[in-house]
Amino acid sequence: MDTRRRNNVTVVGRTDGPVLLLAHGFGCDQNMWRLVVPALAEDHRVVLFDYVGSGRSDPAAWDERRYSSLEGYARDVLEVCAELDLRDVTFVGHSVSAMVGVLAAARAPQRFARLVMVAPSPRYIDEDGYRGGFSEDDIDELLESLESNYLGWSAAMAPVIMGNADRPELGEELTTSFCATDPGMARVFARTTFLSDSREDLKSVTVPTLVVECEQDVIAPREVGAYVRDAIPGSRLVTLKATGHCPQLSAPQATAEAVIEFVGAAR
Amino acid sequence: MCRTGQDPDGERDVDATDAVFTSLLEDSAEELYEQAPCGYLSTLMDGTIAKINTTLLEWLGRDRSEVVGRMRFTDLLTVGGKLYHETHFAPLVRMKGEISGIALDIKAAGGQRMPVLVTSRVKASGDGEPLLIRTTVFDARDRRAYETELLRGRQAAEEARREAEEAHRAAEEARQAAEEAHRQAEGARRQAEADRERLQEALAVLQQNLLPAALPEVPGMEAGSYYHTASPDLLGGDFYDLFPLGADRWAFFLGDVCGKGPKAAAVTSLTRYTLRAAAMHDPDPVTVLTTLNTVLHERYSGGGDPRYCTAVFGVLEPEGDHVSVHLASGGHPAALIQRADGAAEYLHTPGGMLIGILSWAQFTPARTRLSPGDTMLLYTDGLTEARTGPARELYGEEALLAFTGAQPPAGPQALVSALSGLLAGFGDGLDDDTALLALGVPAPLDTPTSET
Repeated sequence: MDTRRRNNVTVVGRTDGPVLLLAHGFGCDQNMWRLVVPALAEDHRVVLFDYVGSGRSDPAAWDERRYSSLEGYARDVLEVCAELDLRDVTFVGHSVSAMVGVLAAARAPQRFARLVMVAPSPRYIDEDGYRGGFSEDDIDELLESLESNYLGWSAAMAPVIMGNADRPELGEELTTSFCATDPGMARVFARTTFLSDSREDLKSVTVPTLVVECEQDVIAPREVGAYVRDAIPGSRLVTLKATGHCPQLSAPQATAEAVIEFVGAAR
Repeated sequence: MCRTGQDPDGERDVDATDAVFTSLLEDSAEELYEQAPCGYLSTLMDGTIAKINTTLLEWLGRDRSEVVGRMRFTDLLTVGGKLYHETHFAPLVRMKGEISGIALDIKAAGGQRMPVLVTSRVKASGDGEPLLIRTTVFDARDRRAYETELLRGRQAAEEARREAEEAHRAAEEARQAAEEAHRQAEGARRQAEADRERLQEALAVLQQNLLPAALPEVPGMEAGSYYHTASPDLLGGDFYDLFPLGADRWAFFLGDVCGKGPKAAAVTSLTRYTLRAAAMHDPDPVTVLTTLNTVLHERYSGGGDPRYCTAVFGVLEPEGDHVSVHLASGGHPAALIQRADGAAEYLHTPGGMLIGILSWAQFTPARTRLSPGDTMLLYTDGLTEARTGPARELYGEEALLAFTGAQPPAGPQALVSALSGLLAGFGDGLDDDTALLALGVPAPLDTPTSET
């Protein structure tokens, strides 16, 4: 299996620069990083990919059992690293991917030098003494809405996919793939994401870690950012003046600066 | 949206009409906003709700005071909607400046969900800086119900298709299994047939070994024989032979071993070679049968499986134009003589005992002369015990006598031929092996056959 093709691997930037491996979260693909890539690529070698089941990955590589646990997604990361023989990697993971990075770094510590966790959440569901931001009912409703209501989502996205003459810089490629998700695979990814509990795994992190959060994030609230920082010894928490769950889109400049500064300061 | 056409040629009329409409509607921009048939919403760039119309507040079941400045757009959404908003809706609004026709669910104060279609557009300042987001919210309950129906219909169709495919697969598997079973049965049948053919071939060879391949030429005599096999799968127990005893004498025998199958065939074989050997030693018929009795009794008594046979053994001695016959019988049906004049008679040998049962046995000798045109017939009881007619009665010795008496005296081969025709006529009434051996002196060629 050709891992580059399977995971739609893209490499941009300075070939001799430090490696940034950008990993997208649930519901999107590597286009999520589009607005930060130009700034990061100036001095870094930027590697982007789509997890199997997302974006333009090879649908033939889908294996429901493998991708029903975060370990399966971590194997994608490790196989991309092996294929490109990446070393001294700064892994930048968004949302659930931050946890995938934790698992990958524990498996192959020799490859990873740093972790950047963008809007991470090790556990979405509230429990005694822990606030993830969602009740169990919320998550059930979310998963149910994915199972039963996909027609509404996909039909509704059709007008968006049609042309974008007034914003040509977005390009056909972006709008087409931005929302292109196989409903069946997305359901598996959603279930894996929102039912996972990676809190224990945070303790295994030994590399320098930066946690990036937004002031207002309905998916990963501020308590969760603080929890992650406290769980990873020596980690730093940066709170961006941004709203939403995707600072790389809502505050691309601030996000890129935080990453660049972290990599530079650690070197 | 409805656009009214303007007619430049009828401007005065239009002015008057507009005034009427305006007074009728008593409408205002404010009222149009508040009471519009859709929800209106304005949010700051961070999602905080700055303005909301009455229609939407009514759908939400909330007061303006608890919403404006206090809630964000995402607070109105279900969890799925929140996630979708974060990963798709908000990024696209930010990148494109607008997004339209997105299906979401809004959550009312009481917890009820309401399907809506949402369109948002960014309002920017003069220098392009985004200021706020204007959003319209359309009631999509009917549409969602319709979509749900479509989805359900599609699922039902897919389910039906899957079931049909499953049924088709099951049928195909059953068909293949049946074909395989048929193939195996066919293979087994062919194998069984081949086995049966091989067995029958072996049996036929064995059976032939128990009978002479061809009867020898006896000077001044004619001989005929016939063997009817009742079942090709079972070796028969009937036997006969004709062989020379020196230059001018001939011996013959015909008999029937009890039972069928391989064990009976072994007895037949032993019997046949014992008779031949004994005849060489001393051809006296009673002595020969006594020797056979001793051999069979020694061999088979005491083994829990006694074997015996019936047999006629005799010696032929040509004397001038006739042949003298000296024979003895052990439990065997009497020989039948067809005289040259057509008369038929039995050569009785009463009191002859079964051969091989007792250590000592008595055998009855008899003598006769065969003149030219006379034929002597030896047969096994397959012939006389055949079942005939609707009542399936025994054919019997009387009927055989009558049949033979009705045949023209044309020699042994003609008689055997007539009798084999009789046997064939018995059909499935003939269920035992039957051996026939006929010996005779040919009539002179110029002698006319007698009428009966």
